[in-house]
Amino acid sequence: MSARILAATTRRILTQLRHDRRTIALLVVMPTALLTLIYYMYQNLPAPPGAPRPFDRIALVVLGLFPFTIMFLVTSIAMLRERTSGTLERLLTTPLNKLDLLFGYGIAFGLAAAVQAAIASAVAYWVFGLDTAGPLGLVILIAVTNAVLGVALGLFCSAFARTEFQAVQFMPVVVIPQSLLCGLFVARDQMAGWLQGLSRALPLTYAVEALQEVGAHTDATGRMWRDLAIVAGAVIVTLVLAAATLRRRSG
Amino acid sequence: MTAAIEVRDLVVERGKRRVLNSISTTVPRGSVTGLLGPSGSGKTTLMRAIVGVQIVRSGSVLVLGQPAGAAALRRKVGYLTQAPSVYDDLTVRENARYFAALYGYGATAADAAIRDVGLADAAGQLVASLSGGQRSRASLACALLGEPELLILDEPTVGQDPVLRAELWDRFHALAAAGTTLLVSSHVMDEAGRCDRLILIREGAIIADDSPADVRAAAGTTDLEEAFLRLIQEREEAVATPGDRAGSTAVANERQTP
Ligand SMILES: Nc1ncnc2c1ncn2[C@@H]1O[C@H](COP(=O)(O)OP(=O)(O)OP(=O)(O)O)[C@@H](O)[C@H]1O
Ligand SMILES: [Mg+2]
Repeated sequence: MSARILAATTRRILTQLRHDRRTIALLVVMPTALLTLIYYMYQNLPAPPGAPRPFDRIALVVLGLFPFTIMFLVTSIAMLRERTSGTLERLLTTPLNKLDLLFGYGIAFGLAAAVQAAIASAVAYWVFGLDTAGPLGLVILIAVTNAVLGVALGLFCSAFARTEFQAVQFMPVVVIPQSLLCGLFVARDQMAGWLQGLSRALPLTYAVEALQEVGAHTDATGRMWRDLAIVAGAVIVTLVLAAATLRRRSG
Repeated sequence: MTAAIEVRDLVVERGKRRVLNSISTTVPRGSVTGLLGPSGSGKTTLMRAIVGVQIVRSGSVLVLGQPAGAAALRRKVGYLTQAPSVYDDLTVRENARYFAALYGYGATAADAAIRDVGLADAAGQLVASLSGGQRSRASLACALLGEPELLILDEPTVGQDPVLRAELWDRFHALAAAGTTLLVSSHVMDEAGRCDRLILIREGAIIADDSPADVRAAAGTTDLEEAFLRLIQEREEAVATPGDRAGSTAVANERQTP
């Protein structure tokens, strides 16, 4: 790996994004629109005694889910384009290391996710009065880590898609089961044993648990750091798997 | 000094088809070698094997003395793919600067490459908005960057007007004069005449491997296009009646150039 090539690759990916104004607008506006929808959905639902408002509970998790989902989709399409346009084959004949490319995507889209998460959190906290015991900074940190997990999974999954049609089909495969089992809809300890086991094997579960820890505790807890470390570990493993799918030689 | 490219008994299968059938050839340094042959004859496949992105069945490819695709070769070999491979959503300049950065070159080298292919006026334009010929040249600019030791150019002049083609060929010869080795595939016969050497392949086998003058002499005609047609015909007759190879001195599959 080379710092110069990594920096050039990150800059190149961000420049491509910068040229795509509509995508930037969507990245900024969509989470806000979705939070607005959720706010009004839960507006008239009374809070159970001693528990946070339903909006607070949902919005906190959505702040982590949204960058994950979007960055997964954006990355799998971007990487698929590299493969189909021949630029990937060309890049692999240059001094670029596979990891330069993968980390370049991770950093570039991670930065985009940070901006998205910051804007969405600002709206959630200051427009809709989201209330968490822990600090906003931790929420953004977890959201960005989660977004990078989405990037890594997108890089990996794009290897199994030949067309854009196939690539978008991986979204429900990767995102929906993890979202259903992460504890947002049914608390994990109320699920059947085998579902709990499955849930424990999925990285998103830990990201959501980390967010819930921030929601419930003033200071960062050991469990939150452990969860965050697990998500970061999943990122590394997925990136290594993604690197294995980048073959210099093909048939 | 070792040859720029040394291909020995190269066999490549793509899908279920044998695309290159035991090809051997040597490309000397500092020359412009033309790779010609009918569509589907295996030109792109041979070039892919030379840059090391093609899975090969057997045989060896040595590039600048090292096995094709070796890590050290990646900064010495420039490759232009047949289909333009540049980023549609970047400008010409942004593309060139990115590829320049990969080789450790700065903005000056990138701008020079853009000028070399005659795209200076369109440097700020998004590749998606370029014409077909301009897009090919944008891709070519990214391959010329930093003047690599070996340039593998897959149909670099396709879709260009005669003036530009002549300019690009002048540029190729200038590079060769400065020591660069170029392997250039083409369909256009007047371009074949501009090469120092020609490799003609057909159905995955080399049927001529010589200087344009020798190819003309072997085929007994001054017209290269006619020469290739005759060589292909002779080859077919030779295959039809094995052992009878009269007049096919340029049928060079079995003859090795030192
Ligand atoms: N990915 C692939 N899978 C299977 N067969 C392939 C693949 N790519 C090319 N081929 C086949 O290999 C043969 C040689 O292809 P190649 O692209 O090398 O030809 P070419 O000489 O470059 O042709 P052209 O002048 O049209 O570019 C063709 O018959 C082609 O159909
Ligand atoms: Mg070809």
